[in-house]
Amino acid sequence: MLRALHKYAGLSATVLVLVLALSGVALSVLPAWEKLQAPRTGGLDLTVADLVARVSNHYPGVEQIRRSPSGRITAYYFENDLAGAVVIDPATGKGLANYEKSPIIRWLTSLHRSLLLGDSGRIAAAVGAAAMLFLSISGLFLVARRMGGWRQFFARTRGPVAGRLHVEIGRFSAAGLILAASTSLFMVLNTFEILPQENTTPDFPSQVSGEIGLSPASMPALIAIPVDQLRDLSLPYANDPTDVYTISTDHGEGYIDQGTGKMLAWQPLGVWQTLNETIYMLHTGQGAWALGLLLGLMVLGVPVMVVTGVILWWTARRSRPKMPRGVVDHKADTIILVGSESGSTWGFAGTLHAALMAQGQKVHTSPMSRFDAKKHVHAKQVIMLVATYGDGTTPASANGFLDKLDTLETLPDAKLAVLGFGDRQFPAYCAYAKLVAEKAAEKGWATLTEFATVNQQSSQEFARWGTTLGDALGIDLELEHSPTPPKSHQLTLISRREYGQEVQAPTAILRFALPRSRLIDRLLGKGWKSFEAGDLLGITPQGSTVTRLYSLASGTRDGFVEICVKRHANGLCSGQLTDMNIGDSITAFIQPNPGFRPAKNKKPVILIGAGTGIGPLAGFARANTQKRPMHLFFGIRHQTSDLFYDEEMAKWQGDGHLESVNIASSRARERAYVQDILRRDAAMIAKLIKEGAQVLVCGGREMAAGVAGAMDEILAPHDLSPLTLKAQGRYVEDVY
Amino acid sequence: MKSLISTLALTASLALPSAVAAKNVTLTAEMRNYRGPGAYLVLYVTDANNVYQGTVWMAGGKSKYYKHLPNWARATRGDLSQVAGITGASVGSGRKLELNIDLSDALFDAGYKLHIDTSVEDGRDVANDAVLPLTSANAGKSVRGKRYIKSFTLK
Repeated sequence: MLRALHKYAGLSATVLVLVLALSGVALSVLPAWEKLQAPRTGGLDLTVADLVARVSNHYPGVEQIRRSPSGRITAYYFENDLAGAVVIDPATGKGLANYEKSPIIRWLTSLHRSLLLGDSGRIAAAVGAAAMLFLSISGLFLVARRMGGWRQFFARTRGPVAGRLHVEIGRFSAAGLILAASTSLFMVLNTFEILPQENTTPDFPSQVSGEIGLSPASMPALIAIPVDQLRDLSLPYANDPTDVYTISTDHGEGYIDQGTGKMLAWQPLGVWQTLNETIYMLHTGQGAWALGLLLGLMVLGVPVMVVTGVILWWTARRSRPKMPRGVVDHKADTIILVGSESGSTWGFAGTLHAALMAQGQKVHTSPMSRFDAKKHVHAKQVIMLVATYGDGTTPASANGFLDKLDTLETLPDAKLAVLGFGDRQFPAYCAYAKLVAEKAAEKGWATLTEFATVNQQSSQEFARWGTTLGDALGIDLELEHSPTPPKSHQLTLISRREYGQEVQAPTAILRFALPRSRLIDRLLGKGWKSFEAGDLLGITPQGSTVTRLYSLASGTRDGFVEICVKRHANGLCSGQLTDMNIGDSITAFIQPNPGFRPAKNKKPVILIGAGTGIGPLAGFARANTQKRPMHLFFGIRHQTSDLFYDEEMAKWQGDGHLESVNIASSRARERAYVQDILRRDAAMIAKLIKEGAQVLVCGGREMAAGVAGAMDEILAPHDLSPLTLKAQGRYVEDVY
Repeated sequence: MKSLISTLALTASLALPSAVAAKNVTLTAEMRNYRGPGAYLVLYVTDANNVYQGTVWMAGGKSKYYKHLPNWARATRGDLSQVAGITGASVGSGRKLELNIDLSDALFDAGYKLHIDTSVEDGRDVANDAVLPLTSANAGKSVRGKRYIKSFTLK
């Protein structure tokens, strides 16, 4: 609900908010600029009496003297019946320059407050401000929800760049936007005199001395007021004995007799007036230039928020499955909760949602992170479709779910069914989904169906589970789901290098040209994604529907797409790939794998791999232009045959991209596996780890297990283990 | 621009018994190109002793800014009943304010004067931007303004 309101408010107010924000940013620098320009009064210790005397010396026809919050003093005078205005140097009373407000600033101010349209424009601008206020506040709640609670409000964001920017800039800007929008609404109410208006001027004195000619320099009331408190002083008309000096300061307004120089009447600032002025200052930064700049900087986030917001809306619209409109949560009998990282689980949820609706169920589908047992009052069943992110981590749309489950006091009456989605190639297969099911069972939540899993988005397994679910619900449930593959692009082979023929492990390093995509496609997430070494290249071979994933040995910055492929006997995909000639093409897509890459710091990195597992490791070394210490431990069969990247390795070592290269050859005379050379260099590895090094392992499952064992031995004497490092993100694996 | 075809209800001393003869006049205030937001203008009448008698027209919608019309504000102490029913929009740079009114014959050649105070946001507050004595001789004549008013004409 909140999300929908946020979205529609944002979309409908896009242009208005953009105009207000951009003009506001431009205006925000003015107070600081004026402050820089204003002649200094600090240290002068000047009274208003001195100032008037000095100004009158140079401008005998002076009628009015104003001091702006920045300290700039302007005198208005008549000379030969012509009006003039000058900026005054308070030290001398001399004019520095003629004063005229810049037409650009006038235009910007008018655009900002009324869209150049007068009072109706002011109302439109107020609507824009109200939209901004609503967007900021609802945005804060949405961020808290997305991050899994207010305590995780500032946690690291994940996912596509548009969403990350939207959240990160939003977190930074929200406070400023709320301040700017709420103060502007107050100012509009005040302008239209909807708020109480105070009389700020004292009653005009019934009697004045009737004398004229006393020099302002010797007027006690003017002597008593320092220039720093002055706002406005109007001088009496020449030769009018009934007239007075009218003065306005930071504390109030009053009339001064021109014959005696005494204050005749005084009215201190009222509560409303003080509030008005404080709010004006907070909004404009006039009198608080640093706040003005900060506010401007925060509002500068708005254009980014507008662009990313529109992109988010557009991509979500494109990628969300088309599911029939559900019912609101408190009316639904069936609640579907989705824990999805990249969005593919939503596709399954959409199919389930539609099928249940077709059977007459009242269905409400939402992300797991929005689970709220109190709202599921009429629910008879809660169905969770749960993916697992990386190494058993919570998927994005389920953030904070387990905490909510933990602290739940009364379980819903509804029964629970949990379906996990995952890939059996990974050790933590459906680990998060399992955890959810276990925790629910611990709590004593009654189950509707047994915990089940779906491997590699298998439509058959999903349909089978659907039958079980249908039986449990007493309905005939047929789930037909064909996952939509990610958008693929054509890749053309530009070079290939052969290795390993002699050791019966024919392997090729394949390099493809970077496909080009248009900017608009990239922004909409349709283009070829930018990638880094360690991300995955998804390829579906001809004659198959199952996608294979290869670790990338290059990043976008290298200007090419490179993978390292070993030809498996009877391997469909590896066969097609290794048979490619220069100029041939395949279709492929990028699947981000952000968990597997060097952490962004300058600490040492230990790269461990065997066989084609060298691919991403070589990519990391190639990208190591910062020359942080990287140590490579690489297991091969024989030096002369399958030492992939042999030429580059020497070069990278020379350039400082690699600090050391340590090779283990399993078919050499002194046969060694990669774990053997790790044990050999145990002392060095332990030292690096203590310096904060990160370990990245890539290769086959057996090798990874052997490496983990060796590392356990090496680290145990230091009270460390791969497990403790894993918890800190300092031991990551990419295993196949 | 503005057409006010009615007998003005000034202060009691100026109120016209329906039988009393009156002149239909057009007052025109032409603004200079001062390049700024719309100006607030107030037209009012003083007697031979320069004592405020009544307001003819207030151009400017927001009463909280009326205190920036110096002489008028001082004479009326911001009394809004003085302008009830005789207010209009502020007058833009380079524009004209035109009023068509009936003025009592008694006001002419008796020392009465028409005054205009003006004020512009971020500009200055001007008392007596233009002053025009109400004499028969002045009919058809115009005077120059001091700041925001270019000319003020009585016809």
